[in-house]
Amino acid sequence: MTPIAGEQIRSLVQPGRVHRRVYTDEEIFDLELERIFGSAWIYVGHESQIKLPGDFLATRIGRKPLLLVRDSDGNIQLLHNQCAHRGSMVVASDCGHTSEFRCCYHGWTYHLDGRLKAAPLLHGYPSHFDPKNSDTAMRRVPRVASYRGFVFGSHAKDGPSLEDFLGYMTTSFDDLIDRAPDGDLEVAGGVFKHTYRGNWKLYLENLCDAAHPLFVHQSSIDAAQQQSDDTYSDGSGEIAIRQMRQNGASYSFWEANVGIWTYPNGHSFLGDYHDDAKLVAALNDPVFREYHAAMEAKKGKQQAKKILDTRRWNSNVYPNLSFMSQFQQLRVVHPLTVNQTVVHAYTFRLGGAPTRMFENAISFANIVNGTGSLVLTDDLEIYNRIDLGLLSAGSEWLEIGRGYEGDQPDEHGGWRGKNSTSEIYIRNMFDTWLNYMAVEKPINGGRSSVSSHAAESRP
Amino acid sequence: MTVAEMKPGGTKPASAKVVLGLAECEQFLIQEARLLDDGRFDEWLNLFTADAWYWVPSQPNQENPRDTISLMYDDRRLLETRVRRLASPRIYSQEPRSRTSRMIGNVTIEEAAPDGKACTVRSKFQLLEYRRETQRIFGGTCYHHLIQGEKGIQIAWKRVDLVNCDAPHEGLVVPF
Repeated sequence: MTPIAGEQIRSLVQPGRVHRRVYTDEEIFDLELERIFGSAWIYVGHESQIKLPGDFLATRIGRKPLLLVRDSDGNIQLLHNQCAHRGSMVVASDCGHTSEFRCCYHGWTYHLDGRLKAAPLLHGYPSHFDPKNSDTAMRRVPRVASYRGFVFGSHAKDGPSLEDFLGYMTTSFDDLIDRAPDGDLEVAGGVFKHTYRGNWKLYLENLCDAAHPLFVHQSSIDAAQQQSDDTYSDGSGEIAIRQMRQNGASYSFWEANVGIWTYPNGHSFLGDYHDDAKLVAALNDPVFREYHAAMEAKKGKQQAKKILDTRRWNSNVYPNLSFMSQFQQLRVVHPLTVNQTVVHAYTFRLGGAPTRMFENAISFANIVNGTGSLVLTDDLEIYNRIDLGLLSAGSEWLEIGRGYEGDQPDEHGGWRGKNSTSEIYIRNMFDTWLNYMAVEKPINGGRSSVSSHAAESRP
Repeated sequence: MTVAEMKPGGTKPASAKVVLGLAECEQFLIQEARLLDDGRFDEWLNLFTADAWYWVPSQPNQENPRDTISLMYDDRRLLETRVRRLASPRIYSQEPRSRTSRMIGNVTIEEAAPDGKACTVRSKFQLLEYRRETQRIFGGTCYHHLIQGEKGIQIAWKRVDLVNCDAPHEGLVVPF
C-alpha cells in the first residue's frame, strides 16, 4: 500500500476546518500512532506511583504496553513489557513491587532496569546469541524524563527536552503541585477507566470547549438547579451539585469572564469558570479555610495568595493528557483503534492538606470523571454520536473556526482566543498534528500557518 | 410509597406491619428491580429513606466511598438529582432509552436487628441492558439495608458490587 503523502495529509487541515477522514481513516490512525505517539513526549505516570526501588506500574504509550519502574539505584526506567525471548508480556499486574522481572514462559529473568539477569538453557542457543547484548533485554524506551514528579516517555531518540516540549505549560503543573502545602502530590483513590466508541482526538477537543456544557449537560444542569438544598447530604453530593449548576453558566458569562490560551506543540488551558462562592475556594467553607491556613503556614501569606489566585480549569498537554489543579484531577487518553478509546482518570492527594480536601476531590472525580457520572455520560454519548455521524460523507468538512478572526498573540509565546468559546485550541492541536504527520516537509514551531490565522481565506 | 402500594402483578403484597422476614425482603427486591426495569425511577427513589445512600464501588472489597472513587456514590441529595435527570427529555445518553432486564436471586439475610425491623440483605443479580444495537451484561452482589418503618419497607442504604467494577466501561446511566 502506498503511504499517504505529506501533501495529502496537509490537504486534510484547512483554515478553520478539518476533513472528516482525520477521525475515521484507519491508515491515518496507524500513522498517528507512529508519528505522534511514536515521537512526542507522552505522560506515563507519576513518581508517587513508584516510590520505592522495586515498585512498578503498568502503563502504555499508544497501544504499547510498558512498565514504569523504580530500579535498585532509585532511577526511573521505562521498559517495554515484553520478553526478549518469545515476546511474551512479562508483567501481568497493574502495579506491584518486585526484586526482578521473570517471564512465566521460559523463566528468563531481568533486572529492574531491564537488563537480562539469567535465562535457563543458555548453552542451547547458537554461538552468535549474546545474553550480554544490551538489546537482549526488556528494552528501554529511548527517553524518559520527569517534570516535578510527572513522568513522560518518548520513543524518539532525539528531540526537544521535556521542558522545551511543555514550554509555558510547566506553569500549569506548577499550579497543581504548588497547591500541596507540603509540596508533594500522591496519586490516590483509584483510577476510572471510561471507554467510548469514537476517535481519541475528540476527547481533548471537548475538554476546553466552553460552548458545549450548556447543551450537552442540559439534563444535569436542570436537575441540579432544581435540587433542594435542604435535602440531606453527607457532603459528597454538595460538590457534585455545585459543579453541575455552574455548567449552566450563560454564554455571556463564558465570553466575558473566562479565557482560553494555547501554546506551541498543541497545548492549551481554559480559564476557571467558577468563582469563590461557587466551587473551589468557597471561602465560607470550613474545609477550605483550614486548607488556606495550612497553605499560609507552609508557604507564607503572599505566596499562598499567589498560588490560590491562579485560576485555570483544564490544562491539555498534546496529544493525550489533561489535568486540572483545583480538584487535582488528571486524565490520560489512550487510543485503541480509530474509533475506540479508553481514558484513565486519576486523583491526587495534596500533601499537608486536610483530609476533607481529598474527599472533596474524590466527590469531584465521581461527578466529572466517573463512569456513572451525571455529566461525563453525556460527553461519552457525544463522542459516539460524532463517530456515527462521520459515517456519513454528507458533510466532508468539520468546522473548527469559531473565534477564528479573534486569535491574539500571548505574552508567553502562545496565542489566546478572543474569548473562551473560541475553538483556537482545536486549531492549535491540528497545527501540531500537521507538524507530526506531514513529516516530508516539517513545519517549525508549534503553530503552522495552515489553520490558525484569519488572514487567508478558505480555498 | 410502601411495598403494599406497588403494583405487584399477582405477587403477594407485603403488609407494612409484617416484621422483616426473608420472604418479605425477597419480594421487596423483586419489586425494586421491577420499578427500575419499568423506568419508574421516581417510585424507586421513594423506596429510600430521607438520609439514604446508594453506592456502586469502583474496586472489589472497597472499604469506603470517601477516599476512593466510586462508579456511583450518591447521598440522598445527589440521588434525587440523578433521578430527576433520568426524567429529563435532554438526557442524551438515554436517547434512545436503555431497556433493562434484571434477575434477583440467592437472597439471604446477613444481619437483623433484634426487633426484626431492620436487616441487611445480600442478593445476587444479573442485568441485561440493551441500547443502540448493543447489549451489555452486568452482574454482581447487592447489599440492601432495609428498615420497616411507618412507610413500610425502606432502603437505608444500598451497595452494588459489580463483578467487573474495575473494568473500562462505557457510560453507566441506568441505576443498578
